[in-house]
Parts: sequence; structure tokens; C-alpha cells
Amino acid sequence: MALISNGTTIFDAGAMASGFGGSMTFIKKLTASNSGTLSFVNGASNVVLDGTYKEYLFTFNNIHPVTNGTLFHWNMSIDGGTNYNVQKTTTTFRPFHYETASDTPEWAYATDQDLANGTGFQTLVQGLGNANDENSSGTLQLFNPSSTTFVKHFMSSVNMQHTSSAPASVNWNAAGYGNTTSAVNAVQFKMASGNIDAGVICLYGIA
Amino acid sequence: MGVISNGTTLLDAGALDSGVPTGAMTLIKTLTASSSATLDFLNGASSVVFDDTYKEYLFKFINIHPATDVRNLTFQVDTGTNTNYNQTMTTTQFNAQANEADDSTGLGYNASGDQAQGSAFQSIMDRVGNDADSCVVGTLTIFNPSSSVFAKHFMATCQAEQTAESRQFFTAGYVNTTTALTRIRFKMSSGNIDSGLIKMYGIV
Repeated sequence: MALISNGTTIFDAGAMASGFGGSMTFIKKLTASNSGTLSFVNGASNVVLDGTYKEYLFTFNNIHPVTNGTLFHWNMSIDGGTNYNVQKTTTTFRPFHYETASDTPEWAYATDQDLANGTGFQTLVQGLGNANDENSSGTLQLFNPSSTTFVKHFMSSVNMQHTSSAPASVNWNAAGYGNTTSAVNAVQFKMASGNIDAGVICLYGIA
Repeated sequence: MGVISNGTTLLDAGALDSGVPTGAMTLIKTLTASSSATLDFLNGASSVVFDDTYKEYLFKFINIHPATDVRNLTFQVDTGTNTNYNQTMTTTQFNAQANEADDSTGLGYNASGDQAQGSAFQSIMDRVGNDADSCVVGTLTIFNPSSSVFAKHFMATCQAEQTAESRQFFTAGYVNTTTALTRIRFKMSSGNIDSGLIKMYGIV
């Protein structure tokens, strides 16, 4: 049964028209608890990461590492999560402002955190502290991962507290492309060393 | 037919009452390029809303592929019924880039991409390649375009691949007018937009 108001279909075949719910759809939340990896695999555990949306947004809330000074990074898969090793070319830069006001802020390209057609995990933040209040939060946009025509562009911006050896606010910006025309159907996040102690990663689809 | 619950009209004349939750980000319009010279969003035309309904408008670029190699993705705006698309802007632009050969990286201000009270189309992505798998993606946010008090600020972040190089551009600035904007146009610096989507959202 359809519900039609003044010629506009409100409900049809049990589904709501696009007027409901807005354009940003929550898909999945993963909560770290001393986790080695957090993975979003299309078709598993209610995850959608396919042609349903042209853009996917990951949000990171209070990502806290077990290991002090490690980096938080990610990769893509084209085989449903069997391998996370998509070739990528990326840029990475960050403004760096110390808690000690007299120290000079830095703003520089991070040549040691980008990839040149590398298959390794791409850094989101580096030097993340593990003191009780230290964490990182931010976003990652992944565009049209299911395309079989285009490379897979992404942009991330994540802020973090640097380790207590040099306490600072650091805003990491990484962007680039997965250099493949195969559909990307899984994404994995992990620390370079040690587990993800706590934190939440949410996945949204943008209509 | 309306739907009325406990005395409150939820649906009427095909429209949702404002009390019915629809989310804070509303898709207004999707334009699909097909060898298109320009893609325009005009308030009041083709179901486009670009007025004081929202205080912020967000445009998303999905796989914009130029017909001609090494061309910029650009935009301009206009007021009223004007179609000159030549509003005055003052803008900044910086970018990061790195190539697949791992022998070139950079981060810096892009003096050739900014404007100082200029009226040209503003580049938001420089030198987009037109290889079959090349394209540009990104976002452009325009704040309160209908204001008759303030200049119109905008911020854009775009990412593209060109000649085996990853490039991310950050552009921001203001349209230096207190007249309400009514329209926005996107085009390549020359040649057509071969394919791709531009999506327009209103942010509550």
C-alpha cells in the first residue's frame, strides 16, 4: 500500500520516500576495546560499502592507543578484507602547535608519512600519546569506492595530542588515491604498534 | 490528503511538516555532467533552493572528469537575475602534492590560484588530468549566501590525480558583496566537464 499526499508518494512498498531521514545515513559503529584492528567489510555485520552511496564518511572519536607514540593508520581492500594492500599515492601535512606557547609552531609536509604507489597502511596521525586524556578525533572521506572506472580518492583530517615528550596539538591532513579501478569493498584501521585501547569509529553513507 | 496525528499535521499537500525529523543535511539537487560546458544551480529553477532556507550550502564533487587534460575546476556566483558570473572575490589557496615516482613532494601557498578583489572564476582544483581513471573529488561550502548584511564566505577542499601525482587543494575566501547570491556555476577552465556528479545540500 502506498501513502500518497497531494500527488506525492510518502510511503511505497514499505519504504519511506527520500524526504525522510536526511542525506547522511548512519551505517555502522565499531567500538575499540583493546582491539588489534577495526574493519568495515561490505556485506558483513550490516556494513554497506558499495555502490549504494557515492561517498562514505568515517568519523573517529577519542581513539586511544595502548602504545605511546604510535601511529594510527588505515588501508583498503578489493577482495572483501582478505588483503588490505591497495596501492596508494598520497600527501600528508600537519600544523603542529606545542602546549608551551614559547615554542615555535610548525607547518610542514610529512615526507615520512606519505606513500608513492605504496601498498602499506596510510597514516592518519603519528606520534599519538597514550596518557589517559590523550586521543585523536577526526574524519575520513572515501569517494565512490565501488567505481570500476576511476581511482579511489580520499581525504582525511584528524587532530591529536602528541606524546607528553612534546605535548602539542597536531592536525594531520592526508589525501590521495587508491590507484585501482577495482571496487574497494573493505577498509581496515589499526595502530602501527600495539592495539587500539579505546575509541569509536562510525561509518556513514552520504546520499 | 493530509496525515494528522493527535491534532498535529504531519504531512499535508505532499510536504512534511517542519516537526517531522528529516535530518540536518538535505540533498537539494544532483547535476550529472555529460560533456557539459557548465553546471548551474539557480535558486527557484529545477527544484533548486539557494536562498535563506539554509544558512549553509554544501556542494560535493564526485568523480568530475574533464574533457581536456590539465584543466582547473572553477566556480563563480551571481546575484538577482544576473548571468555574468563575475562577482568580486578575495581568496586564498594552498596545496599539497606528491607523485607516484616518489621524487617530488610539496606543500605551499599557491599565489597563482588566489584572487585579490578579482571577478574571475575561482579555481578550486588545479590541473585535473583526463586519463580514463583520473578525476577530481571534493567539497565546497558557502555560508549564508542570501545575507544582505555580510560578505559571503566559502571554503573548498578538493583532491585529484594528474600525471601520476596526487594533489590536494584548499581554497577559501569571500564574495565581496552584501547582495544575496541566487546562483552558482561550475565549469572547467576550458573544455567541457566530460562526466561526474555535483550534489548540492542544505545544512540546517
